[in-house]
Amino acid sequence: MPAVSKGDGMRGLAVFISDIRNCKSKEAEIKRINKELANIRSKFKGDKALDGYSKKKYVCKLLFIFLLGHDIDFGHMEAVNLLSSNKYTEKQIGYLFISVLVNSNSELIRLINNAIKNDLSSRNPTFMCLALHCIANVGSREMAEAFAGEIPRILVAGDTMDSVKQSAALCLLRLYKASPDLVLMGEWTSRVVHLLNDQHMGVVTAAISLITCLSSKNPDEFKTCVSLAVSRLSRIVSSASTDLQDYTYYFVPAPWLSCKLLRLLQCYPPPEDGAVKGRLVECLETILNKAQEPPKSKKVQHSNAKNAILFEAISLIIHYDSEPNLLVRACNQLGQFLQHRETNLRYLALESMCTLASSEFSHEAVKTHIETVINALKTERDVSVRQRAADLLYAMCDRSNAKQIVAEMLSYLETADYSIREEMVLKVAILAEKYAVDYSWYVDTILNLIRIAGDYVSEEVWYRVIQIVINRDDVQGYAAKTVFEALQAPACHENMVKVGGYILGEFGNLIAGDPRSSPLVQFNLLHSKFHLCSVPTRALLLSAYIKFINLFPETKATIQEVLRSDSQIRNSDVELQQRAVEYLKLSSIASTDVLATVLEEMPPFPERESSILAKLKKKKGPGAVSVELEDGKERGELNGGGDRGGDAAIAASNASTPSPSADLLGLRSAAPVSGVAPSAGSLLVDVFSEAGPAASSAGVNDDGFLSSTPPSAASEDPAPPLPESDELLNKFVCKNNGVLFENQLLQIGIKSEYRQNLGRMYLFYGNKTSVQFVSFSTTVSCPGELQSQLNVQTKTVEPLVEGGAQVQQVINIECLTDFIDAPLLNIKFRYGGALQNISLKLPVTINKFFQPTEMAAADFFQRWKQLSQPQQEAQKIFKASHGMDTEVLKAKLLGLGTALLENVDPNPENYVCAGVIQTKAQQVGCLLRLEPNAQAQPGEQMYRLTLRSSKDTVSQRVCDLLAEQF
Amino acid sequence: MQFMLLFSRQGKLRLQKWYVPLSDKERKKISRDLVQTILARKPKMCSFLEWRDLKIVYKRYASLYFCCAVEDQDNELITLEIIHRYVELLDKYFGSVCELDIIFNFEKAYFILDEFLLGGEAQETSKKNVLKAIEQADLLQECTFPV
Repeated sequence: MPAVSKGDGMRGLAVFISDIRNCKSKEAEIKRINKELANIRSKFKGDKALDGYSKKKYVCKLLFIFLLGHDIDFGHMEAVNLLSSNKYTEKQIGYLFISVLVNSNSELIRLINNAIKNDLSSRNPTFMCLALHCIANVGSREMAEAFAGEIPRILVAGDTMDSVKQSAALCLLRLYKASPDLVLMGEWTSRVVHLLNDQHMGVVTAAISLITCLSSKNPDEFKTCVSLAVSRLSRIVSSASTDLQDYTYYFVPAPWLSCKLLRLLQCYPPPEDGAVKGRLVECLETILNKAQEPPKSKKVQHSNAKNAILFEAISLIIHYDSEPNLLVRACNQLGQFLQHRETNLRYLALESMCTLASSEFSHEAVKTHIETVINALKTERDVSVRQRAADLLYAMCDRSNAKQIVAEMLSYLETADYSIREEMVLKVAILAEKYAVDYSWYVDTILNLIRIAGDYVSEEVWYRVIQIVINRDDVQGYAAKTVFEALQAPACHENMVKVGGYILGEFGNLIAGDPRSSPLVQFNLLHSKFHLCSVPTRALLLSAYIKFINLFPETKATIQEVLRSDSQIRNSDVELQQRAVEYLKLSSIASTDVLATVLEEMPPFPERESSILAKLKKKKGPGAVSVELEDGKERGELNGGGDRGGDAAIAASNASTPSPSADLLGLRSAAPVSGVAPSAGSLLVDVFSEAGPAASSAGVNDDGFLSSTPPSAASEDPAPPLPESDELLNKFVCKNNGVLFENQLLQIGIKSEYRQNLGRMYLFYGNKTSVQFVSFSTTVSCPGELQSQLNVQTKTVEPLVEGGAQVQQVINIECLTDFIDAPLLNIKFRYGGALQNISLKLPVTINKFFQPTEMAAADFFQRWKQLSQPQQEAQKIFKASHGMDTEVLKAKLLGLGTALLENVDPNPENYVCAGVIQTKAQQVGCLLRLEPNAQAQPGEQMYRLTLRSSKDTVSQRVCDLLAEQF
Repeated sequence: MQFMLLFSRQGKLRLQKWYVPLSDKERKKISRDLVQTILARKPKMCSFLEWRDLKIVYKRYASLYFCCAVEDQDNELITLEIIHRYVELLDKYFGSVCELDIIFNFEKAYFILDEFLLGGEAQETSKKNVLKAIEQADLLQECTFPV
């Protein structure tokens, strides 16, 4: 084909490009460009009207300058003018400029849209395609608004040319991706599906991309495409390599279309119709068979196209996950590729096997390749291939091969590329934890990890080893011994010092019997590292020292000496100085008993999602952490065999914490009483991320994990609360756990516990769909005066919620004074591009802060009389909306949080209750009397509810809340 | 596909096509990062790499690198052949295409790409059909139409 000179040469443009290429330096280039820009500007501004050719040439030059990376701030108008030129070549350049350099100048967009509209209605297919290309390239919302209605019509009209149909299909796809709300489904949708049957292969190729995208968002509406796709695929797969003429690519019939068909089928479960399914399985088998045939060409394009289809077929087989025979065949095929001389195939085989490893049918088959994969990790020259090998080892790991895989990964870490070390560390840590039957192995592995790659061991990893050691008493002695030995090394990583300080501070006594690790030896060992460490580590060591004083009274004098030294007590760092002063004082004035209580061994940590898993997810993005699926089943063992779930966690922490509930909940207790105790109380909690504000003030973990209100990612304002949110709120007045909200996409569950004026709420957000939610964010706000009544802190949640997954959010609540309104919970996320914006009332009501008070009849009536001022009483008479079942009534009154007092009211039909509402500002005593007229006819049964409390607002609020419950 | 970049061994961008809305600043940053990453790789290395949350597929033809960014579920090998088909189209149109053809006739390179890929998806995979469309457009070049 003759070169370049076709149609039009723009000599001026060629000269300009040559000039630029001849520039010797960047400066010279910029100078030349500025000269040209000045020239063009003057031409555009000049009095003389430019002819079409010149306009085209200058616009083209501007485009060239822009593509070189320079900013262009004029010429848009001239480009738009070109769109309505009657010369094709000028129009074409105009469209190209607009496509590359679109500017959201609304005035301009209107003009552009006008030109496009003209071309779309021109009935000239070349012009129509140009206009459609422009829409597809720009894809802006304004264009969607203007054309989303028109394009489907063009797409399915009987007289549209094939080439226009192709452009229209992909143009619509782009608009749908950008603004799904503007592309309305309608009569055209069923006709689009039938484009799969079109005679023109190009039309099918283009249309199927649109159909795949629409199907993944609206599977039901498009499900007829499954059988059409299967028959089309079957025709291609069984065709001879020459049947499809120009759609055959290096002897492979229609590879692009085949891949797209296989991809479309992955939007659906296996076909239910037996005949369709049979035909599909046949296709898949043929594709697998072809992989074994000798190649029809030595060209890499031939094998690439053939294998592209093969990999897509394997993806479909994995997606169905129901044909053991095909899964195992797929695995064997990939096994062959693992040793292929083409790096690309080895890479893809490793990648694809990762997903096969998570299928129960092929997990064992994948495992047989372990030696090859380990070898790949050691010998592949390309880091991206080694990365895949590491991923696959992680995915194929189970109890039977964990020790081997972890050992290989550890030894690989010594030489691993910097870019993947951190991720490798996380993986090793997770596998070691997940498959640890023997916890000494686990401790060894993590300490090795710190030794080999200390810099890459993130805080999550060493937090986790401590959590586990604290929770497993069978490993504590071993951990103390091992960490003591590890610290003997002349140079050890600071993370090792942290773990060492923490563990010896807690469990040093378990090895103190051995004179080689006597208390003083331990202390001296730790203290020998002190001066090399950063401030947070030093702070942690100081806490370990005070714990030593409690564990080993014989070290008291030595440690006090250290604390008293100028370098501690006058340290310029305020945190270190404070700790030194407080610990010194605590150790000198507190009695042994007090000391033992304050410095008691850490209680077991409540079970929570492994912090390192969360971290890996964040690093790798969704979908990459396939092993964790079964995590729930296995992790129970790790935390001492407890039940999984919030209840168990709450129970565990309730039962085992001797300290005041303020510490249990991780909130800052009211005002520090002595100035010493709170700091000591949060002493070792503070290395954990959930510890709350006390932690950040302690300086050890000042990493900003917590923020009281996460900055809202979306710019949209929170939606107003749902109309039913008051009703939802009422559901939770007398209970703490349950489902707060549910729609088709999302379920929100709640578990909560309250102690005194503090509360902790766990929200569980469940994605009910199979599609991930993105930009997921939640905000809790306290409107109006509630802001000064409640202190609410939330942890931010991950912005991605996988399909079918559940994420948890912890909310800490402190009641400062009594309140009426409820905090608002706003949830925002994108589901398939559309923003979801839901606001609910968080069921925090004043009665949650009730402490039940038992009292005898005499006391009750005495107090009742004391609260006799009119404003102290609130009363309501209301109809019973449910039956008057005694047990139900009692359960509700107990659920309210008060004590139900028996034998107080002279009338046994009545109920009386008492409780104290705990707020930070004051305590409000509260008495309640509920009188049912149970004898009345059903339908006429009434209650009289009377509340008396020392504060009028409380009486009224509790009365209102409770009246809705019966 | 999210975008396609063509750049020289010296790291100069020769063509850039973006199929997702990104600001000019982001585009520049992405191009810079990717060009650097790819130029640092050795010849025998694999054509695929993970980059942010995308898959990068690239191949070098003479002095030019062709690089596509596709999404997680997209097929790497078929993307590699998309690159090859585009190279074939350029080659057929220009006749033994070289980097200079693309520099001096960048607008043609864009037109050909638009006929082949639209919105990041293959529109027409037949070489004949794509070239026919381009030829037709070339024939129209100097025609004047009634407005």
